Amino acid sequence: MSAAASYMKPRRLPKGGLIDRSRPLNFTFDGERYHGYAGDTLASALLGNGIKLVGRSFKYHRPRGILTAGSEEPNALVELRSGARREPNTRATIVELFDGLEAQSQNRWPSLKFDVGAVNSVLSPFFAAGFYYKTFMWPASFWERVYEPAIRRAAGLGRASPEADPDIYEKLYAFCDVLVIGGGAAGLAAALSAGRSGARVILCDEDYVLGGRLNGDNREIGGESGSAWAHHASLSLDALSNVRVLRRTTVFGVYDGGTYGAVERVSDHLLVPASHQPRQRLWKIVAKRAVLATGAIERHIVFGGNDRPGVMMASAVRTYLNRFAVPAGRRAAIFTGCDDAWATAFDLLGSGIPVEIIIDMRTEIDSRLTEKASRLGIRTVAGARVLTTRGSQDLKTISVRTADGQTSDIEVDLLAMSGGWTPNLALATHLGSRPSWSDTLAGFVLNTPPRGMTVAGAAQGSFALADTLREGDAAGAAAAEAAGGAVQNHPLPQADDEHISSKPFWYVAESRSKAFVDFQHDVTSNDIALAAREGFQSVELLKRYTTLGMATDQGKTSNINGHALMAQITGRRMSQVGTTVFRPPYTPVAIGALAGHHRGPAFKPTRLTAGHRWAEECGATFVEAGQWLRAQWFARPGETHWLTTVSREVREVRGKIGVCDVSTLGKIDVQGNDAGAFLDRVYVNMFSTLPIGKVRYGLMLREDGLVMDDGTAARFAADHYVVSTTTANAGKVMQHLEHARQVLRPELDVQLVSVTEQWSQYSIAGPHSRLLLARLLGDAADISDTALPYLGCIEFSWCNVPARLFRVSFSGELAYELAVPAQFGDATIRAMMEAGRELGIVPYGTEALGVMRIEKGHVASNELNGMTTATDLGLGRMMSRKKDFIGRVLAMRPGLADPERPALIGIKPAARTARLHAGAHFLAVGAKPNMGNDQGYVTSVAFSPMLEHWIGLGLIKNGPARIGEIVRAYDPVRNRDTEVEIVSPIFFDPEGTRLHG
Amino acid sequence: MRIECPFCGPRDASEFAYYGDAKRRPETSGSDVSRQLYEAVYLRDNPAGRHEDLWYHGGGCRSWLRVTRDTRTHEIFGATFAAGEPS
Repeated sequence: MSAAASYMKPRRLPKGGLIDRSRPLNFTFDGERYHGYAGDTLASALLGNGIKLVGRSFKYHRPRGILTAGSEEPNALVELRSGARREPNTRATIVELFDGLEAQSQNRWPSLKFDVGAVNSVLSPFFAAGFYYKTFMWPASFWERVYEPAIRRAAGLGRASPEADPDIYEKLYAFCDVLVIGGGAAGLAAALSAGRSGARVILCDEDYVLGGRLNGDNREIGGESGSAWAHHASLSLDALSNVRVLRRTTVFGVYDGGTYGAVERVSDHLLVPASHQPRQRLWKIVAKRAVLATGAIERHIVFGGNDRPGVMMASAVRTYLNRFAVPAGRRAAIFTGCDDAWATAFDLLGSGIPVEIIIDMRTEIDSRLTEKASRLGIRTVAGARVLTTRGSQDLKTISVRTADGQTSDIEVDLLAMSGGWTPNLALATHLGSRPSWSDTLAGFVLNTPPRGMTVAGAAQGSFALADTLREGDAAGAAAAEAAGGAVQNHPLPQADDEHISSKPFWYVAESRSKAFVDFQHDVTSNDIALAAREGFQSVELLKRYTTLGMATDQGKTSNINGHALMAQITGRRMSQVGTTVFRPPYTPVAIGALAGHHRGPAFKPTRLTAGHRWAEECGATFVEAGQWLRAQWFARPGETHWLTTVSREVREVRGKIGVCDVSTLGKIDVQGNDAGAFLDRVYVNMFSTLPIGKVRYGLMLREDGLVMDDGTAARFAADHYVVSTTTANAGKVMQHLEHARQVLRPELDVQLVSVTEQWSQYSIAGPHSRLLLARLLGDAADISDTALPYLGCIEFSWCNVPARLFRVSFSGELAYELAVPAQFGDATIRAMMEAGRELGIVPYGTEALGVMRIEKGHVASNELNGMTTATDLGLGRMMSRKKDFIGRVLAMRPGLADPERPALIGIKPAARTARLHAGAHFLAVGAKPNMGNDQGYVTSVAFSPMLEHWIGLGLIKNGPARIGEIVRAYDPVRNRDTEVEIVSPIFFDPEGTRLHG
Repeated sequence: MRIECPFCGPRDASEFAYYGDAKRRPETSGSDVSRQLYEAVYLRDNPAGRHEDLWYHGGGCRSWLRVTRDTRTHEIFGATFAAGEPS
């Protein structure tokens, strides 16, 4: 038998484990076909096929295997699936095996076993901590072109798919009395006691089988195995209607006010999601109380070659053996400082796997353990340590130094290590709680958890199973009671005895070869020593200098060892060194899950007016205006350029008649005895004096005195106005008016409601507009110039529909705006087009509207840009001196009242054929283009079909005084320099005669 | 974060827009009004600890609320209508 064949020989035990041997599953790893069983993780299936080498490390490209059996895994990162579903950096230890799974190793080239990048390991002196900062300083220009691309190629993890994700993701809110985070012994006990009290409980567990360590350990609870007890507990929970159990769900963040983020991997264990099922679901859980039962994470030991495939956590070896029936090796050794890992030796031996030696760093060991080992024929050495490991791509021998200084090599292919356990408090620190060191527990524990949260079980440092069950039970009951539940007493199951003595031991000082602290970021003990020598001794600096704990695993296995090393090197105690805290997410969360349905066209809501379908039928091209879609122009057959279409629309409106959907403009209904006084307060001009049946243009300032928005207010009764806003500012103006009403002037009798969606409104403009309305409305309304003069408004009933007609004009033509309830908007526009057919009516879009407003010098959002005052816009005279209004006082500040401020003017190209562009800056002819010579800028431009050349609006210093002057419109971004003449901003019909038709 | 709206009940913070210090705006007449208003608009206090903010429940009942919050922990102690209790 060749060496390769023996290496690949399957290792599954003939029986046992939580796998279903009747359901074999096929999968591939790096293109090779293998099989595992339902219930396997990818890691257990790989180990079951004798695969130990699964990846290359981040920096040194060292061969790496499987270290853990949980979400804390730093090494076994693989790419899953292919094509658009390819997903990088998934942890093989939590990937649930499914039939047809494809996995690829990462960060190796050309192959996993022969990786060119491994040369980095030889060059490692250059890659020590801080190498980025030291090595690549000079020349600076090399950074972007040479160093960074080279580093990015050499160091790194998996590749994301460049294709769009074909799966769907969704978001859900959930509310509960008690959220239990973690479904191990403590979590199950907590959920059971809280659930039995009647409280609404949600239990989240990241695994697909509840039980946590109970499934990996060989334990007994109440006379049955730990995993059977967990299974029965999960059945009891499933039977309680007030308890929701979320399996495959990681609580990844703790937020203010009892809000928790969780991601449920709904379909990650399937080849493709079932139809209409999301791939993942994001939960936002609001809980009155939470029980953190996230257990503990086993620590590794820092010694030479501790990263070699075959060196694993002692608890992980037990998990693969007991839960998956996979012995992780053929000949094992144990390296530990705690009782716990001795169980690994006993479990392995019980399954027929020879255990060569137990190397315990302690000099005093519980005699019950040593006696049991000797009874089983296991050699044990106290006060000993592993100096180094050897083997090319997986473990062959370990070198052991005993207490008397003798060194010997032992042939093993599996080394199970344990440096003790660290309570897993990552989530508890998300809101800033800092854990403190406990000498008795040899770990960081939390004295002040976040509001509403209780920590129970191993996460609290209670490592004995009996304590864990009792604490979980009590925490669940207390949380339910605090949330209003009625707790019932029930007997607690009895757990078997165990040995949990432990002595912290962090690293083997005598090791000479590379000893890893952070596996995922390739931080070694030498890097920690270097950081200490160079003064980066605080844990926060240590982290940033060496990148310790900054990989995707957030240093779940590594941080504490790094901090302990720093403590030892600098002669401080752990309590003095302290620890870093964690930020969400606890484990990586796909951006797709956070986005949910909000992608592509559903990224934001799309608002359509009632006339949208009609506009589509008319061939409209639409433009986004905030969330709205508005018709931009209506091209006719044969029109190939938008400017042809827009110019035609302008000429037809000014020549005959056109109609434009203006329903998107904000409409606010203002009612109450003090409505007029209220509007006086928010507009710069007077509205309490506006006669009933009249409309007035109004300007609003922000508190700081700059212009906020413009629009009209129409008065229909003494206590009833209808205010219009620009489309873009509708929401902001509503908020501003509510602020004025509720915060600034709560004593006024006035009520506001937004009616933007309730009314369809159409602008009818052009010399034939009155004729059209007469045909359309018939006897329903008197629209004679006497009854409805310019800036008049009427309400009437039209075909039993309440309608409003405003005689206002943005185009400078004889124009009206007809408003009907939105459900009649579609019928109204169709009736209008029918009535106007003989008059030559055309629909026009926002572009033609824009051209006509520039021809008339009306300001719009280009000029209302948050930097202009009323005076800048030529509207200073509107500011009333007879009353107070929002923004009045601060508008008088010297900087805003400066007469030299850029003010509104019109511009024409000096050479009339030249084109103008918005955004160009004004310079005096001959002036050097620099900021000192900047005189203002062009805000809006349009081709005027009436004047037959380009025109524009702009803001220039001393504007109105400079009519007739020639300046330059200078645009260095687009490399343009055009001479323009300063003119009045009113280009067309300056006398306004057309308005009065 | 969640805010207990006196009209809608406890709601997610994403429904609210933050405005800032809830101190009353100075009167707009008087000798020193320009400086007082300038300070109210631009020089708001940002104390560490208990603070009264204005929040707008734009995604709900459109009430302006006076919210008492700890700026260090984001703990919300309560919210009242800025306009006073409805009569």
